[in-house]
Amino acid sequence: MNAPISDDDLHAYADNRLDAARLTQVEGWLAAHPEHRGQVDAWRSQSARLHRAYDAVLDQPVPARLMPAANQSRWFEMRRVAFVGWLMLGTVIGFMLRGEPARQAPPAQAGVSLPHMAAVAHAVYTPEVRHPVEVGADQEAHLVGWLSKRLGAELKPPRLDEAGYRLVGGRLLPGERGEVAQFMYENAAKNRLTLYVQPQAAQAADASFRYANEKGIDVFYWIDGRFGYALSGSTGREDMLRLATLVYRQR
Amino acid sequence: MSSRDAIVAEIPRLRRYARALTGNADQADDLVQDTLERALEKWRLWHSARELRPWLFSIMHNLFVDSRRRAGRIDYCDADELDEVPQRSQAGDALELRDLDRALALLPTEQREVLLLVGLEELSYAEAARSLGVPQGTVMSRLSRARSRLQSILNGEAVPQLKVVKT
Repeated sequence: MNAPISDDDLHAYADNRLDAARLTQVEGWLAAHPEHRGQVDAWRSQSARLHRAYDAVLDQPVPARLMPAANQSRWFEMRRVAFVGWLMLGTVIGFMLRGEPARQAPPAQAGVSLPHMAAVAHAVYTPEVRHPVEVGADQEAHLVGWLSKRLGAELKPPRLDEAGYRLVGGRLLPGERGEVAQFMYENAAKNRLTLYVQPQAAQAADASFRYANEKGIDVFYWIDGRFGYALSGSTGREDMLRLATLVYRQR
Repeated sequence: MSSRDAIVAEIPRLRRYARALTGNADQADDLVQDTLERALEKWRLWHSARELRPWLFSIMHNLFVDSRRRAGRIDYCDADELDEVPQRSQAGDALELRDLDRALALLPTEQREVLLLVGLEELSYAEAARSLGVPQGTVMSRLSRARSRLQSILNGEAVPQLKVVKT
């Protein structure tokens, strides 16, 4: 079962692409071969440098010339609707002919993208040494006022002091459907958590706790009222569940 | 999300990738514009957001490779030929950006693409392979070579400073 650790495994380790079983094996191997640890760290720091240099582009306004014309889109939209219609018809016919139970519907879009977006934002900002947040916890009143205004509803960072995490601060991020807030926490061991808060469509139903592992980051997420919440961290699933429960109780 | 919205939502990432790939903001936006035009022309089926990204990157890859071929088949260029990036007030950031632009320009295109798709755009190896139209094993070997080469360049070690012109 234990295939030898290859160069590809080390790259996949550096890119957080290993499954849990292989991850354990590679970590064990690296512990026994510390001379390769520096290599993996160097690859990770390359990726971090790329993000530092080029992520600024993500925040720049998109030049008008790049925006596809709206009249084009209507045509494409009609074709899409037609295609989806045929697909549904085919599915219905297929279902009737075969008489087998329909497959479970995929989860709603928000349920898929929320943990992913949260984990990406977590991975981008938690390694930041100098600029982990836009507004620090020392200006909490300003932070609360600013993010509440931008997200259109009162939003207060929950307290996690009883779990040993203090608020570092927060930032505003572009999300899939507009603006998103991210709060960051840190404990004495310098472990960082982020809470990603995304306004939900008005009709979104409350959803219970869900768990996702996004490239090694544990994410607990749920929808509560006007917001979708996702708590991301790397201290293990059980610890994260405890912290997420703490956040949920303070809503 | 409509198809247009789905594509529009990808524009910031396409711009980031194109900026790092070309080393030049204007060239990058030209490439993004061509990619979007081609994508809208070719839009036939519903693509979920998950499939959309590698598909857009594959269009950009083909356009980029074509444009490089037309521009004189220069595979990678001499560091001395790179434009100076104007200094800004945030000197540290600007220098870092210039250093990386220069270092990336010294990578062969095929290595630079893999390195950026995996390291910056965080595509899975399978998605990077689909974007570039090569097997996953090729992605892995290019990634490995790209990372060790970039490391040498950033450490200021001797790397081939050749201008390779394919004939």
